[in-house]
Amino acid sequence: MSVVGALRPTRRPSAGGASRAGGARGSAWRNRGWVLLFLAPSAIPLLMFTVLPMLGSVWVSLHSWNLISPMRWVGLDNYRGLLDDPTTRHVFRNTLLYCLGYLPLVYAGGLGLALALNQRLRGRSLFRAAFFLPVVTSWVVVALVWKWLLNPSNGLVNTVLGAVGLPQPGWWTDPTWALPAVILSSAWKDLGFVMVIMLAGLQAIPADVLEAARADGANAWQRFWRITLPLLSPSTFFVVVISLINGFQVFDQVYVMTGGGPSGASQVVVGQIYDLTFRYGRAGEASALSWLLFAVILLITAVQIRGQKRWVHHA
Amino acid sequence: MRTIIRRSAAPAAIALTLALGACAQGSATRTDDAAATGGPVTVRYMNFSANGGHEQDLDAIKSAFESANPDIKIQLETVPYDDYFTKLQTAVAGGTASDAFELNYENFVTYSSNGSLAALKDVDGSAYKPSLLEAFSADGTQYGLPESFSNVVLFYNKDLFAEAGVDEPTADWTWADEKAAAEKLTDKKKGVWGDYQPISFFEYYKAVAQAGGEFVSPDGSAAAFDSDAGRAAAEWLVGKSGTTMPMEADGAGTPDFDSKLFKDGKLAMWHTGIWMFGGMADAPFDWDIVVEPGDTTKASAMFTNGAVVNAQSKNQEAAQKWVTFLTSSDEMVQKRLETSWELPPVADESQLASYLDTGEPKNRQAVFDSLDATVLPPVIERQQEMQDAVDKQLGDAAAGRTPVDEAVAKAAKAVDALLK
Repeated sequence: MSVVGALRPTRRPSAGGASRAGGARGSAWRNRGWVLLFLAPSAIPLLMFTVLPMLGSVWVSLHSWNLISPMRWVGLDNYRGLLDDPTTRHVFRNTLLYCLGYLPLVYAGGLGLALALNQRLRGRSLFRAAFFLPVVTSWVVVALVWKWLLNPSNGLVNTVLGAVGLPQPGWWTDPTWALPAVILSSAWKDLGFVMVIMLAGLQAIPADVLEAARADGANAWQRFWRITLPLLSPSTFFVVVISLINGFQVFDQVYVMTGGGPSGASQVVVGQIYDLTFRYGRAGEASALSWLLFAVILLITAVQIRGQKRWVHHA
Repeated sequence: MRTIIRRSAAPAAIALTLALGACAQGSATRTDDAAATGGPVTVRYMNFSANGGHEQDLDAIKSAFESANPDIKIQLETVPYDDYFTKLQTAVAGGTASDAFELNYENFVTYSSNGSLAALKDVDGSAYKPSLLEAFSADGTQYGLPESFSNVVLFYNKDLFAEAGVDEPTADWTWADEKAAAEKLTDKKKGVWGDYQPISFFEYYKAVAQAGGEFVSPDGSAAAFDSDAGRAAAEWLVGKSGTTMPMEADGAGTPDFDSKLFKDGKLAMWHTGIWMFGGMADAPFDWDIVVEPGDTTKASAMFTNGAVVNAQSKNQEAAQKWVTFLTSSDEMVQKRLETSWELPPVADESQLASYLDTGEPKNRQAVFDSLDATVLPPVIERQQEMQDAVDKQLGDAAAGRTPVDEAVAKAAKAVDALLK
């Protein structure tokens, strides 16, 4: 049997939605062998490198394990130990602070860019591409460039600040500034992503609604607050959910820019998971910490999904 | 039922073919199958100490071994020190670690106690310096062979001393002499610093010994540096920061910062290891070394690396042959001496004589004089956590975030918790 033959529906779909859907489902089931084969290239890696390790980490989190010696059963001790450990609170606090700084910055910046680039500007495709470029650039490259820009003694940012007579913060050498430095670079990198989502949202707003508002005498400011922003709320919702999930998992930029320092001031949850596993050989506690993080992200996302009814307007 | 089988058969056959193809490719690149076929055995060896300038020297030792043992091939893998122990841990856990690998003394305890090292058989211990051989045994079993040792001395830039009209350091110097000279040599306007000593665990435990103290109690159950000596040692290191030594904000502590500063002729005194001799050989000024100044007593840091055999290796016998050659052959001794690599761990010190006149620096005798009073790093099972805890507190003190006494007390408390 040829591949083409296998894929061709064996029965002509009859008129009527219900039976057409039934027919499609039926042929998918009859061709499940082929369906599975074509799913395999993405399903097998997902199963092997995401689902199984995830399930495995439940088991590991109940043991004391340094990756090399045999595992020792400790039950829920790892979870209890983490809840008592001030370091756990410290890294969750830093992660939360990161999200609180990052989200408004990236949202406002991305929305502003989208509004600007939704106008008829000369070369706007070029600008759109330019702002999107950092999104698809490797985090290691971006973090190294930012680390260099924010070098406290001879970086470009401090050189400019010094030239105009402003104070020059010790970015990654001063505990007060290490987290803001990470937030700044992260917001810069992800601006383009928010911009693209918001641009799509802006283009989905029906022109006649804006037209009607204009006819009723609404000025630009009123049109933005009363029409554009409410109709953008599905996009806003998506951006907030995704950014918070990503924000809680922040790691690469911290690892490259500050290594969690100075003095632990920018250590985040995933950084702590990494250190526990690969620096200290405490894989059990690291797995338990990943599940705590999972629980927190799940909770926050669930609250957002429940809360969306109050403020997300679907056009 | 039949149709189910038939419909699944073609895709299944394709999947199977692909999977088998992938496996066949995999096994062709595996090295440990060679032993079974009777061809030359390949021994993989992972190390860090050849990284950064001695790769060719290790290669030369490998070639010498292969011509003496035609039935064994050595495959070298050299990894930078900063990544080495993460990589090793993952490889051992995943069962893909090399047949033999390098361990430093600080990490030897962790690996010998968790069963990942093969016990070595019929070791001829007479070739090695007894104290170093002892360092790589546990509970009377030899799990590794000492491969090299090195120590830390005081490097100094003779030109800067002459310019500032300061007397050059001698073996009798104490901290007070070093401090006075460093203050005179520091010229911030010209960007010249008097002194550089990393504010870290590895300098601190030694400074504690130099001040006459102990880092851990003799029975190893608690930290012992929350003492006058421990505070003096912290004060000694931290007090340099920003006065005679660049601070973290100036870039101190970043990779190669200190070696670059010294090589640029901007650093008068530098506490570092003899492994830097090679890198400084072409410095465009006159420099020399001297035994590190002490406080109440002399104490020099000594480091030793060893080579071990992986307990999971299928070629343990061949791996031990390589490890033995790597740690005791004449070819190795020769190579280490002529390239000023870390010193060979030989029992017969007369073999080291040629080291004294191999070139810069002139006062190589100081390397051996330092061995009269050495201190090995304290080693505990949770080594990395201890080092990080001490580094963090010293860093906070150096940046002025924590008073020195408080930082010492906090570090001691953290180490106590790790020893429980």
